[in-house]
Amino acid sequence: MLKINNLKASIEGNKILTGINLDVKPGEVHAIMGPNGSGKSTLSSVIAGREEYEVEDGTIDFDGESIMDLSPEERAHKGIFLSFQYPIEIPGVSVSNFLKTSLNESRKAQGLEPMPAGDLLKMMREKMELLEIKKGFLSRSLNQGFSGGEKKRNEIFQMAMLEPKLAILDETDSGLDIDALRIVANGVNKLKSKDNATVLITHYQRLLDYIVPDFVHVLYNGRIVKSGTKDLAHELEEKGYDWIIKEAEQL
Amino acid sequence: MNLKDKLIKAFQETESTLSFQKERKDSIRRLEEFGFPTVKDEEWKYTNLLPIIKNEYALSASESLISKNLLDEYILTETETNVIAFVNGEFSHELSDIDTEKITLCPLSLAEKKHSTVVQNYWGKALPEHPDSLVALNTALSKEGVFVHVPKNTVAERPIQIVYFTTNISSDLFLQTRNLVVVEENAQVQITERHQNIDQKEVFTNSVTEIFAHDNSLIDFYKIQNDKRNCSLIDNTWVKQGKNCTCTVDTFSFGGKFIRNNLSFLLEGQYSESNMRGITLIGVNQLVDHHTLVDHAVANCQSNEMYKGIFDDNAKGVFNGKVMVRPDSQKTNAFQSNNNLLLTDSASIDTKPQLEIYADDVACSHGCTVGQLDDDALFYLRSRGIPFKEAQAMLMYAFANDVLSNVKIPELKQKLNRIIAEKLGVQIDIEV
Ligand SMILES: Nc1ncnc2c1ncn2[C@@H]1O[C@H](COP(=O)(O)OP(=O)(O)OP(=O)(O)O)[C@@H](O)[C@H]1O
Ligand SMILES: [Mg+2]
Repeated sequence: MLKINNLKASIEGNKILTGINLDVKPGEVHAIMGPNGSGKSTLSSVIAGREEYEVEDGTIDFDGESIMDLSPEERAHKGIFLSFQYPIEIPGVSVSNFLKTSLNESRKAQGLEPMPAGDLLKMMREKMELLEIKKGFLSRSLNQGFSGGEKKRNEIFQMAMLEPKLAILDETDSGLDIDALRIVANGVNKLKSKDNATVLITHYQRLLDYIVPDFVHVLYNGRIVKSGTKDLAHELEEKGYDWIIKEAEQL
Repeated sequence: MNLKDKLIKAFQETESTLSFQKERKDSIRRLEEFGFPTVKDEEWKYTNLLPIIKNEYALSASESLISKNLLDEYILTETETNVIAFVNGEFSHELSDIDTEKITLCPLSLAEKKHSTVVQNYWGKALPEHPDSLVALNTALSKEGVFVHVPKNTVAERPIQIVYFTTNISSDLFLQTRNLVVVEENAQVQITERHQNIDQKEVFTNSVTEIFAHDNSLIDFYKIQNDKRNCSLIDNTWVKQGKNCTCTVDTFSFGGKFIRNNLSFLLEGQYSESNMRGITLIGVNQLVDHHTLVDHAVANCQSNEMYKGIFDDNAKGVFNGKVMVRPDSQKTNAFQSNNNLLLTDSASIDTKPQLEIYADDVACSHGCTVGQLDDDALFYLRSRGIPFKEAQAMLMYAFANDVLSNVKIPELKQKLNRIIAEKLGVQIDIEV
């Protein structure tokens, strides 16, 4: 589904990604871990099409086609979803209006009519229930004044509404209390199918207890320096990154 | 002949037939003495009137008509309103739809005859002793406009829509329109105003509106400035407020090539409130200049000012907000904000707050910002499948929404939304 080959990217002359290889197949869950500043969020932004990053080398294919020349919205229309590490506050745009526009623009791109208002509302209600989101939420300004946890929950709410093929969740677990983590993880699990895939960026094993990954990768200095199974995450939790960094630097 | 001389000559030819002879004579003398303002005047430093006044204009046009269908494009049609319309400077019976018992709404020329006491008492009385030459010019030469009188304890249930059309004109036209709005004690009214050219010829309008807000009155005045690109407008509005009254003037500037708004509030009674808000959304070769003045002449009043500007292409904006708090005007609250988005490198805004505060127990604040659309927010929206143009539009709506959300006539709010969507070239219906 997602195939990244030798991806190198920089911003304002700083080389951030130095050769990423990643292969995500339908139905899989991949976890990406790694120290602060290693390039995890950069990787997710580049996949989502952020134009400020300059891709210097490599390829990104989605469903067998290059998406390198596509705009962020076109990538979204293909089914790529990024849950932001730091969701943006947009005063003056309500959650419901934003979702309506977002959903209907995606439908338009697929040649579908806008979703009837009644259906849309029903769908919102269902997904809100799934994520245990309070009622008044829809009329609030997007992310404005939301607590850290509410922002993250809102990201997953959007994901639930848009039903992407590939969801990249950038530290969606940070800032969530135990209950919220369970709810969000539950939501993600419910949305999983054999046709879609999830990339989890996280620092903590605890998320991976809920959403069990098929693969765990360690990103360091803009490269994936180690890949393994879910056991690798446990090992990292115990021993930290030092041993991997040493291994990597010896190469 | 240059425009100034032409105007003076026109005055001399009509002088004897006009009312308020003395005021008009004094005024034409001011024009004679000071001429049109130039960029050397502090108040006109960033706005060059020269290209507008060096054009050749006729000072009147022959009577003409427009269809009712065309009228409907420019007014609210689903709200019950009173419509007073003018074509080429003349009152239009055909287009106007006035059904009032409790209030008076009529052309000013008629009011001079039928309501002469009120007109005599108020005409020119909201203007400063030494008005600038444009206001003076209007005083000297204006012959027609709108008269609104809302008697004591009366609520004008229907909003009033004022429309000045120009059409079928044989040459470029320079118009002086004049409105007089008197709202008595404990009375309420809502008014919209627009100037609309239908012709290919250029129209330059120099308008003066005087608003008298008596004790406990409530006034909402909406100016919709969405004229054709061959039009220029100088809109002078003078508001005089008594005690415990609220007057709001909102200005929505989208069209025209040159717009200068001079909006002044004089707070003469305590516990009153003045609100002025605006959205400016302009693009190629357009200029909008907002000059506002709030004179807190007494204590315990509040003024709120919020102007939002979005400037595309080589559009140019000017904002100058003067707030005067007189020495005894304690407990004054004066808030002013002017926020701007520049969408390109060649768009510009000159923004200047000008606070003159001579009382010590006051709360005054002002904030001017000039920025671009937030890249992070744009990326966020686009990553959710919202195309670039629509994402931009959404952010601009959100930016302007504080002003729009204050519009009290629902149909007007919808109409403004539609105009904005059209200007931004998007089809999404955004009810933010
Ligand atoms: N605009 C920029 N200019 C220069 N450096 C940048 C810019 N944006 C990001 N970086 C750098 O790129 C590196 C990778 O950042 P990134 O946000 O991808 O890290 P991360 O792995 O997500 O870290 P964290 O775990 O803290 O979220 C960091 O060193 C960061 O400072
Ligand atoms: Mg990060």
